[in-house]
Amino acid sequence: MTRDRLHSWLAPFLGRPIALLGLAILVGMILAAIFASVLSPYDPRAIDPIIRLSPPNAAHWFGTDQFGRDTLSRVIYSSRMALLIGVGVVSFALLTGVPIGVFSALFPRLGHVLMRMVDVLMSFPALLLALGLIVVLGQSVANAIIAIGAVYLTTTTRITYGLTLRLRAETYVEAARSMGSGTAWVVVKHVLPNLISPLLVQASFVFAFAQLSAASLDFLGLGAPPDIPSWGNMLAESRTFITRAPWLLFFPGMMIVLTAFSLNLVGDALRDRLDPRFQEMFASRRRR
Amino acid sequence: MLGVKDLTVAVGPDSNPVEIVSSVSFAIGKGEVLGLVGESGCGKSMTSLAIMGLLPDPGPRVRSGRIELDGADVTNLAPWQRVEAGHGNIAMIFQEPMTSLNPVLRIDEQIAEAVRVHDGLSGAAARARACELLEMVRIPDAALQMGAYPHQLSGGMRQRVMIAIALACRPHILIADEPTTALDVTVQFQILGLLRELCDRLDMAMLFITHDLGVVAQLVDRVAVMYAGRLVETAAVETLFDNPAHPYTSGLMACMPAPGHRTRRLTTIPGQAPQPGSISSGCAFAPRCPDVRDICRVDPLARATITEGHEALCKFPVTGSAA
Amino acid sequence: MSDRPILEVRDLRTGFNVKRSGRKMRVQAVDGVSLSLGEGEVLGIVGESGCGKTTVGRSIVRLTKADAGEVVFNGEDVLKARGQALRTMRLSIRMVFQDPYASLNPRRSVGDSVAEAGDINGAFASRAERAERVAETLNAVGLDPSFARRFPHDLSGGQRQRVGIARAILPVPAIIVADEPVSALDVSVQAQVLNLLMDLRENLRLSMLFISHDLGVIGQISDRVAVMYMGRIVEVSEVGAILERPVHPYTQALMAAMPKPDPRLRIAGGTELGEPPSQFERATGCAYASRCPLASQRCAAEAPALRTFTDGRLVACHNV
Repeated sequence: MTRDRLHSWLAPFLGRPIALLGLAILVGMILAAIFASVLSPYDPRAIDPIIRLSPPNAAHWFGTDQFGRDTLSRVIYSSRMALLIGVGVVSFALLTGVPIGVFSALFPRLGHVLMRMVDVLMSFPALLLALGLIVVLGQSVANAIIAIGAVYLTTTTRITYGLTLRLRAETYVEAARSMGSGTAWVVVKHVLPNLISPLLVQASFVFAFAQLSAASLDFLGLGAPPDIPSWGNMLAESRTFITRAPWLLFFPGMMIVLTAFSLNLVGDALRDRLDPRFQEMFASRRRR
Repeated sequence: MLGVKDLTVAVGPDSNPVEIVSSVSFAIGKGEVLGLVGESGCGKSMTSLAIMGLLPDPGPRVRSGRIELDGADVTNLAPWQRVEAGHGNIAMIFQEPMTSLNPVLRIDEQIAEAVRVHDGLSGAAARARACELLEMVRIPDAALQMGAYPHQLSGGMRQRVMIAIALACRPHILIADEPTTALDVTVQFQILGLLRELCDRLDMAMLFITHDLGVVAQLVDRVAVMYAGRLVETAAVETLFDNPAHPYTSGLMACMPAPGHRTRRLTTIPGQAPQPGSISSGCAFAPRCPDVRDICRVDPLARATITEGHEALCKFPVTGSAA
Repeated sequence: MSDRPILEVRDLRTGFNVKRSGRKMRVQAVDGVSLSLGEGEVLGIVGESGCGKTTVGRSIVRLTKADAGEVVFNGEDVLKARGQALRTMRLSIRMVFQDPYASLNPRRSVGDSVAEAGDINGAFASRAERAERVAETLNAVGLDPSFARRFPHDLSGGQRQRVGIARAILPVPAIIVADEPVSALDVSVQAQVLNLLMDLRENLRLSMLFISHDLGVIGQISDRVAVMYMGRIVEVSEVGAILERPVHPYTQALMAAMPKPDPRLRIAGGTELGEPPSQFERATGCAYASRCPLASQRCAAEAPALRTFTDGRLVACHNV
């Protein structure tokens, strides 16, 4: 039975090559982050002024920057920051958004107040809100995660709120209540399991947007500190060399785009898997 | 009026179709009411959609057979094509009037829309005809109710509005797909009476789809029983209830709880109806039939004629009355 | 079957606040209902939509909050029970729901759903015991114990309803409130599930409140029948008596309107029975007066109380 479920999660990817590509890129990025030290040809911090600003060549596939650092190695190591930001932001958004959403749905009066506060947060343009929080909290990777996370906790809260409201009215929840279940039981056994799928889809999109937001913050110098390699930082440092050494902007830029793009593809495929029609099709095929 | 010959509707690729309706044939004459009876999944709704030209696209398609309206072949014509060709005198009413009526339009507008399409009237003339139709379906204070929205009406009233819309095209044939299933018993009683009266008065033929044998007994002239996409028995209504020939029909009648005939245990038909496409050879009812023989599972089926007008799709139908 | 009532409902009243066109209005769904359920008895509650029969059931299991009245079980008022007494009541009076497709959580296995009442109330000493009792219960409802690992989307409507019933009998309750348990099922499946309920009632010595709009089904399974109209009970009687000779005009209309599977008993023409009155304007007098062929002036002014007839039945009518 578990093999069947695994298959049902893989099915939307198997049927669609482009989603498979997205998944492959994502997996590649995770592997790059984990095995960065093995995969990188050079130390990302190693300075070699002699070969500074060399275009892509046999020794340095992605060229070197103004300090002679190998771009390829820096790109690979940056994937760690990308992963960290992505996981951090998604975790923050889920750990704050889900409880607020569930709580608001179960306790309507307090819930209304909370949801209006979330509305206020949502009315800020994402970058502006993140910037504002960084200014208040101070610059660091952790604060960047919190700042960006705050932006996306709003959509997470909204989704959770709507879903919990709907789930509360389901007959099987009534059945549980009629058997004496308390709110905690309903939340743990009925609400949360039904939240996993939609939140998984949401998480992939948030992961993607987090990359873009983090890159923007880094570019403005308000995200990760400059000594930590990240794609946004690489873009920031290379701004002045755009005509002389365009590869310094191309490769990190392309990585940002690829990451966000592949996550969107994965998110789309996951969302389709959740589409009720797809479920039905799959279920009836199994019934035979 | 309506002739259906060997209609087959299936989903899936042409190389490997899954049949939902298999070789269904029947005919309904002027002023006649045919009841199409079966349980959920037997293909009765699909049959009616195919007849109307309303099969969803993409989705199940007519693979073979003919549908004739007043003698003209309309099998592959979409509804608008039929109207253009002059064969648009067929209408359908559905089970849930709340989802079939537009919730943001007043009912006079909805009826007038149908009138405009078919009679070419507009404005006051369309409204007047709409009011006339409302009176025909016995809505009290028709002139007043014209301005009502669907949610302001009760279930029975909404169903009457649906019937009024259906009558706008002066149909020769009315298809009614479980129109009273969602209604209370007392309301159902009135709607059935209304439908019967309209058929008699307007010489209208009706295909009445239902799962309720009681309703069938009350309303129809002839009955066609469907199971797993096939027509397993057709007969005049009295004949069917007196001498059900197909084991499924008699099984269905036996397991209905009848008030006044309380039994210790209800007879049941064991098992479940098969999924479309799962029975490849022999009789679809064989797995559940109390009188099944080996040959039933293998041989292709033959239509047995019991008496004039009474047919059953069974190799060993129950013939004759009780010994 | 003993004569001692296991459940007594006294003057139950439940209403809802609804908003219509911006105005706040109150619908009194249950308007003073009293009935008693004998031990081992099946009491059928029949009526059309909006009559309040479902609300009666939901009020008894406290899914809907009643405004007034008492529901006495084991000497205690269920509506006011708290703590341990409430827990006991919740295990003793269980509900079976109408829609087999909505009453099971699609993400929980059949076994988990069946064991839920026990899990919530700590009825299982060990995982082994839990698994054993789940298997036992699945057998009792005619399903193979291997179903415990399966999920609702693999099951047909009839099978899901059996799971719903299994959930209601583990641990074994004293009373089952069945809210239209077979209305969403095909006729042939209906018969199977009705047989199951009748068997369980005997084997587990259950008492049942069977709510339905279908007179045929009610006639098959009930010992006594209560007919409801607009939130009130209009007739209560032994099942045979009420089907043979309905006394209250509404019961008679209901019986007459029911389509009988005999083409020779065709009702000629559609007699207009009028529309049921609005749910928001409850009449001061008898609720059925506006449609009743026997209505008199007294009916519009004074609501009739349930009177006992010679054959033991109760009827709420001034004119019979």
